[in-house]
Amino acid sequence: MSETGIGARVKRVEDQRFLTGQGNYTDDINRPNQTYAHILRSPHAHARIRSLDTAEAAASAGVVAVFTGKDIADSGVGGLPCGWQIHSKDGSPMAEPAHPMLVADKVRHVGDQVAMVIAETRDQARDAAEKIVVDYEALPSVTATDVAIKDGAPLVHDEVALNTCYDWELGDKAATEAGFANAAHVVKVDVVNNRIIPNAMEPRVALGDYDGSTGDYTLFTTSQNPHVIRLLMGAFVLQIPEHKLRVMAPDVGGGFGSKIFHYAEEALVTWAARKLGRPVKWTSDRSEAFMTDAHGRDHRTHAELAIDGDGKFLALRVSTLANMGAYLSTFATSIPTYLSATLLAGVYTTPAIYSEVRAVFTNTVPVDAVRGAGRPETTYMLERLVDQAAKQTGIDRAELRRRNFIQPEQMPYQTPVALQYDVGDYPAVFEAGLAAADYSGFAGRKAETESRGKLRGLGISTYIEACGIAPSAVAGALGARAGLYESAQVRVHPTGSVTLFTGSHSHGQGHETTFAQVVSEMLGVPFESVDVSHGDTAKVQFGMGTYGSRSLAVGGSAIYKACEKIIDKATKIAAHILEASEADIEFKDGNFTVAGTDKSMAFGEVALAAYVPHNFPHETLEPGLDENAFYDPLNFSFPSGCHICEVEVDPETGVVDVAKFTAVDDIGRVVNPMIVEGQVHGGVVHGIGQALLEGCKYDENGQLLTGSYMDYTMPRADDMPFITVEQKSVMGASNPLEVKGVGEVGAIGSPPAVINAVVDALGPLGVSDVAMPATPMTVWQAIQEAQAH
Amino acid sequence: MYAFNYQRPDSVAAAGSALGGSDDGKFLAGGMTLLPTMKQRLASPSDLIDLSGIGDLVGIDDNGDGVVIRAMTTHAAVASSSLVQAKIPALAALAEGIGDPAVRNRGTIGGSVANNDPAADYPAACLGLGATIVTNQREISADDFFTGLFETALGEDELITAIRFPSATKAAYQKFDNPASRYAIVGVFVAQTAGGARVAVTGASQDGVFRAGEMEQALSGNWSSDAVANIAVPADGLNADIHASAAYRAHLVTTMAKRAVAAAG
Repeated sequence: MSETGIGARVKRVEDQRFLTGQGNYTDDINRPNQTYAHILRSPHAHARIRSLDTAEAAASAGVVAVFTGKDIADSGVGGLPCGWQIHSKDGSPMAEPAHPMLVADKVRHVGDQVAMVIAETRDQARDAAEKIVVDYEALPSVTATDVAIKDGAPLVHDEVALNTCYDWELGDKAATEAGFANAAHVVKVDVVNNRIIPNAMEPRVALGDYDGSTGDYTLFTTSQNPHVIRLLMGAFVLQIPEHKLRVMAPDVGGGFGSKIFHYAEEALVTWAARKLGRPVKWTSDRSEAFMTDAHGRDHRTHAELAIDGDGKFLALRVSTLANMGAYLSTFATSIPTYLSATLLAGVYTTPAIYSEVRAVFTNTVPVDAVRGAGRPETTYMLERLVDQAAKQTGIDRAELRRRNFIQPEQMPYQTPVALQYDVGDYPAVFEAGLAAADYSGFAGRKAETESRGKLRGLGISTYIEACGIAPSAVAGALGARAGLYESAQVRVHPTGSVTLFTGSHSHGQGHETTFAQVVSEMLGVPFESVDVSHGDTAKVQFGMGTYGSRSLAVGGSAIYKACEKIIDKATKIAAHILEASEADIEFKDGNFTVAGTDKSMAFGEVALAAYVPHNFPHETLEPGLDENAFYDPLNFSFPSGCHICEVEVDPETGVVDVAKFTAVDDIGRVVNPMIVEGQVHGGVVHGIGQALLEGCKYDENGQLLTGSYMDYTMPRADDMPFITVEQKSVMGASNPLEVKGVGEVGAIGSPPAVINAVVDALGPLGVSDVAMPATPMTVWQAIQEAQAH
Repeated sequence: MYAFNYQRPDSVAAAGSALGGSDDGKFLAGGMTLLPTMKQRLASPSDLIDLSGIGDLVGIDDNGDGVVIRAMTTHAAVASSSLVQAKIPALAALAEGIGDPAVRNRGTIGGSVANNDPAADYPAACLGLGATIVTNQREISADDFFTGLFETALGEDELITAIRFPSATKAAYQKFDNPASRYAIVGVFVAQTAGGARVAVTGASQDGVFRAGEMEQALSGNWSSDAVANIAVPADGLNADIHASAAYRAHLVTTMAKRAVAAAG
């Protein structure tokens, strides 16, 4: 291993510019003659727009234009599309109500976009927006899924009965029922996976521009996948062909899923730029981010596990209500179904599983993928269920897990819920987790904690996730309206330096470093000679973007393939120049050598020859060294792991302190251990945040109570423990780099470990369940209720 | 934020005239509440009269009996003052626990006390220590100063110039943070003063900071955690929000009082 190749702890090259204020974020970009958009948003959760008067706003100082839902409807542009079609049990397609850029008839959540004011300055636009007179007829609203599905509940979309988007199922119902018929124990849990707000550090921004001389549109936007935005907005909303639409997502300050989706503001500024012949910029403020960035989670699940007399899991049945919010965000429909229910086997041999999911419209911000997307929901339910099963059967929680693990020799393992796990060694990862957490020393730590008047609990979570999304054939068969491959182009310059163009977008992941490590390792060129270019549809050939921990598993594999093509071509060139046969050329450490001789050419010499082809046989050897590859994965990748959390609880106040956290993960090959540790730290912090701190709340009128940091608890450094991070990598993942993905593991594995630990700590007080987020009041109330019984 | 006139007088007298001469002016101290409110367009004063140019309003003095903290002194300055640390360590510790470093280096004691946010920390110290609020017109005892939610005895054009804190034999402040905002869900300041035991509670009540009389009586005879352990404040009239119900707040008042007495020694 070189100091900068695969496996090296290389410092992130992008950090210098981020940490010194040199980053180039979307809001840093300004175009000549630029205007500013302000979106007038609904103050109501649900209201009919009786009338809307923009006259005074249009006459306000500096105003260039005011657009309403009627203008949008009259212009004939489309609504925002949903990227994944789900069919209900009865075969009918999901309800897919219109998702307009500006609403014309009624508003459906607080923050819904009603009108757009464009002015010479941001303040003028905002001042004018206050002069728009909207006559709202307030309607009853509904924010909770269990209420929304009842007869007589307010209808978010008048045409969607019982607010039900779809009622879907997966698995063998009869086999599952048979499992329950044979059960010695049936364990039940009801869990709520709390709604969270993504809170990327950089709020969303969109800047649209139109060049009347060429008919070319440009959109600068805070996106995790600019090519996807180009496709969705160009083809489905504004009818702009790809060759006339350039989408750029420059430096992006975090996404966590929320910047995957195509948002109305992107289409609005692009549409308006053409209409006005001037660039239009919209910048979200933090308050808007809270009420317009797609939220995450919000599942209510009832689950039952059938267990035989030996503690073996026989069958699992699960019923979930999933909140879609007011409209279908780009990938919303896939989260509770194919990204959630397909993981219900977890790391266990449960032979029969049946899941049903009802997706429900409510008067809330649309819900879509947030770090983990569906897999945290499944893992939380499953690991709470397993702990509850241990309690009910009297079998030790570690032992119960051991009895049910899928064994490494069972690989590849076909689960009863569609996925086939390729490789994994769950028992080994589990034992490594227990060892790293000093599981056997817990009793001593507990006694020490108790000597200080506090309670201590330990919680275990063993998880699996499907990453590397996804084989296009599989995704397509399941309703995805896109393929999920990735592309890479490796351009070797005449003096041997390299520019890599990747369709994976980096918004915190450190691709500029890890991808350069891969190229450096494969081509034997210095790490410093590799630049990574991404985020511009005019530069990068194509890309499906970054989400689902897919960048290295899928994007990295495309890079691998492109590098292979470079090596093949360079080998041909070296063979020609060294007057040897291709088969005799060996490539090692950046040198092409004729086997068994001292005849050799460095990579840089071959590169120069490629561009100075004075004596090439042009019939068989083209000049240049620039290769393109698309990679469509053979399977998902399946990271797994064991997370162990220890908490101290102050029984008097309910305060939970995370005293110790251990994450042992199998993520396959590690390209940069430092970045991997950072990703696990970030994911675990996200997960601890969900478990203890973060919870989006609406009041009975559909007003967002957690609309700022005064009320929405973002994790802070002093909320967090030191985190022990280890890898127990199992090789053989179904991609050339044998990597599995690491961006989401922390957020998936940690919440149940935390809550299991809290419940373990409170067990002596008679508490058997605590809801997320386990805030001090929640814990205190759980103690009061247990003691009242 | 809406447009406003900005003025930066160099004396208390000039500040008073500036306010008097404005349509709907406001004094700007640290701006930790006023500026975010203006950015949200929830406040739109015609004039901001920035007090940061008045040198006389900054500093901490020893007055023998205790300390005098001038109004524009930042929380960070109070927290790090060796004088305050020596004379009233509980007050320095309280200042160290306000907000975050940015807030502590901009926010001022005068601004906090004049604003009387029901979840702010300083009002508990003022009431708990029996401080005197000095204004450009008079002196007001803390007992008379805090009159309700964001309400004080200050007149329209009255400006706090300093706060006089007497030393206490024993004192401590215990705060239960709102997990999101880090304001006090409940904060209890206890002090054994020349005038007897004092217990001031912030964060809890719908009427703002208040003295817990029953606890004070119990502590006057027996300065110990046990003395307050069984004294509950009624949940009626306490704040309730997504972070803490009234019942939980009531429980926390007793708990924090107990811990404050223990911390005071």
